[in-house]
Amino acid sequence: MIIENSEVILSVRGLIAEVDGNQILKGLNLEVKAGEIHAIMGPNGSGKSTFSKVLAGHPSYDVTGGEILFQGENLLDLEPEDRARSGVFLAFQYPLEIPGVSNLDFLRVAYNSRRKHQGLEELDAFDFDELVRDRLEVVKMNPSFLSRSVNEGFSGGEKKRNEILQMAMLEPKLAILDETDSGLDIDALKIVANGVNQLAKPENATILITHYQRLLNYIEPDFVHVMEGGRIVTTGTKELAQELESKGYDWVLEAEAEVAGR
Amino acid sequence: MSIQVSSSNSEVMQRSPHTRDRYLLHLLEQTASPETDLELLQSLRTQSKLLVQEQAFPTTRDEEWRFTDLSSLLQVSFEALTSQPEVSLEQIAPFTLPEAADSRLVFVNGVYQPQLSSIKDLPKGLYVGSLSELLTGKLEGAITPEGKLLRIALQSRLSRYLGKQPGAAELFTALNTANLTDAAIIWAAKNLVVETPIHLLFVSTAVASPVFSQPRCLVVAESNSALTFVEEYVGMGEDVYFTNAVTEVWVEVNAQVNHSRIQCESKAAFHIGKTAISQARDSRYTCNAISLGGKVSRHNPEIFQTGEQTETHLNGLTIALNEQLSDTHSAIAYSKPHGSSRQLHKCIISDKAHGVFNGKVFVPQAAQLTDAEQLNRNLLLSPKARVDTKPQLEIVADNVKCTHGATVGQLDADEVFYLQSRGIDAASARSLLVYAFAFEVIEQVAIASLQQTLTHLLKTHIP
Repeated sequence: MIIENSEVILSVRGLIAEVDGNQILKGLNLEVKAGEIHAIMGPNGSGKSTFSKVLAGHPSYDVTGGEILFQGENLLDLEPEDRARSGVFLAFQYPLEIPGVSNLDFLRVAYNSRRKHQGLEELDAFDFDELVRDRLEVVKMNPSFLSRSVNEGFSGGEKKRNEILQMAMLEPKLAILDETDSGLDIDALKIVANGVNQLAKPENATILITHYQRLLNYIEPDFVHVMEGGRIVTTGTKELAQELESKGYDWVLEAEAEVAGR
Repeated sequence: MSIQVSSSNSEVMQRSPHTRDRYLLHLLEQTASPETDLELLQSLRTQSKLLVQEQAFPTTRDEEWRFTDLSSLLQVSFEALTSQPEVSLEQIAPFTLPEAADSRLVFVNGVYQPQLSSIKDLPKGLYVGSLSELLTGKLEGAITPEGKLLRIALQSRLSRYLGKQPGAAELFTALNTANLTDAAIIWAAKNLVVETPIHLLFVSTAVASPVFSQPRCLVVAESNSALTFVEEYVGMGEDVYFTNAVTEVWVEVNAQVNHSRIQCESKAAFHIGKTAISQARDSRYTCNAISLGGKVSRHNPEIFQTGEQTETHLNGLTIALNEQLSDTHSAIAYSKPHGSSRQLHKCIISDKAHGVFNGKVFVPQAAQLTDAEQLNRNLLLSPKARVDTKPQLEIVADNVKCTHGATVGQLDADEVFYLQSRGIDAASARSLLVYAFAFEVIEQVAIASLQQTLTHLLKTHIP
């Protein structure tokens, strides 16, 4: 929801980033305020996933220009774990499997590290257990998933739901969902989307990175951005997404070229 | 003051067969056992002594020892134990297992300690005790008539098993047998299913000079029986000593043995261990071998499948840090159709440590329809860590399924990042992932408390 004069959560200005010497982001600008849901769409290779990884602090990406302010602070100064603790959450496109570490233990370690950062007391096992069982409802997950190793032997849909469960536990200020909808059947997509909707609040913000307009039938974005060549080239409302779906990305890119040429 | 370059020093050792063989004879002398009137022991010793005298001390020019340089062993003069330090129950308490509280044999510096052992309420038909007790009839506590009968029966059948595994002529095995005085014995009679795990604990502790000890175990699971045992070597301090252990396991027709072997010797110790297993028709044997300790250590699990439809599971985990060298040379020899084996060996190597894995599988013409899998996965945690891995499959039979694979890798940056992105710091993330790598082997260990101990060790052991 767009709220007048709400707090700026994320401010990205002129962001330039490269991996292995190849420049991927070429002057990206984006401002996200509290309460808003932003969708970033774009063809393969436009830099969408790179942007999400740069926000979370993946070590393979070098930021060579521009700035990222998160709640007014320089995000680029923080290690990935400190970004997470201060409220940045990235739901992975391909969540990793960690055999031998139970989902419950993993959630507790992650949750308590965020609590500690907020100056709150760590929850003991009993209170934590109660909380996590409550949050399982958000993604309709069976409690048996808690005792299993993190993502090990999970189906694609289960892995994505597990990402949303982590998000529900950590209650981030800024959630970035990197293609969380890809590879999901329609039932799983509804569950994931429903979870995201429940977690979106006036005091936090969400960035959905997606390839398909389908997700936006279930999560209504306030803004839709189109990325191409490492920059956001067009911004609109959810109607833009529908137009993209029917006309394809070429339409936006041509329109953009016309504007640039004029 | 003399300046010594260690590499050239070891070179001298390599080149001088005289020095090496004199060293071997010294070891043989050091461990000369007291005379015995038992013909079985005496003949085993005499034969083995001759076998040792015929052989040369291995160098890295021997294929079997190519990557495992024993020259640092040659620089220490080991002696037989002269006086035994007092070890209390409290001191060994951290190494005991609650599941095996009353089925435990303890040896200190290779010598059996009845006062630290505890054997109570075991089922009829199961013998757990030392060889000397079996032979002399000196047992703690009351002996039931059944117990007496069992002992007499076992004494007469001992000669079929003790020292009778193939590969007995190998140098270090023969060296152990040449000194055969006592042994830990587990013997399950026909059809007996033993629920209680049995713990064989070999503790080493400080004595005046570097001590040489040669533990020996004999495990017999008669037909249709089932048992679980843990064979554990621990160093109580940081002492220099040399353990040369031999374990013989006989899994008779349709019997089942689950074996966990934990090697946690002191950081300065030398450990050479042989586990020889003969499996009869329809039998199942599982070994979970975990090597953590020792300056230089070697484990040779050798499986001889002697009957049809025999099943073998070998799981191994090696962790080597600092300048440790840890070597596993395994061999699985098939001989009849329908045999199967599943082997997984994992190494975690850090600092300047060195891991070695050599996995032999022999499938002769007669062993048709063999199904053998071998996988060796190695995780290197530092640029100077090293691993040498070699699958060695010799397959003659033409209708078999044999696979093998070896991987060497480092921690995946994406995995570390995933954990970091959930608020876990980089160092904890790395240790969690190392643990996750090892877990696949740890989870195979059948005893809950041992699994927990290993998990704890692993989390504290790797910096």
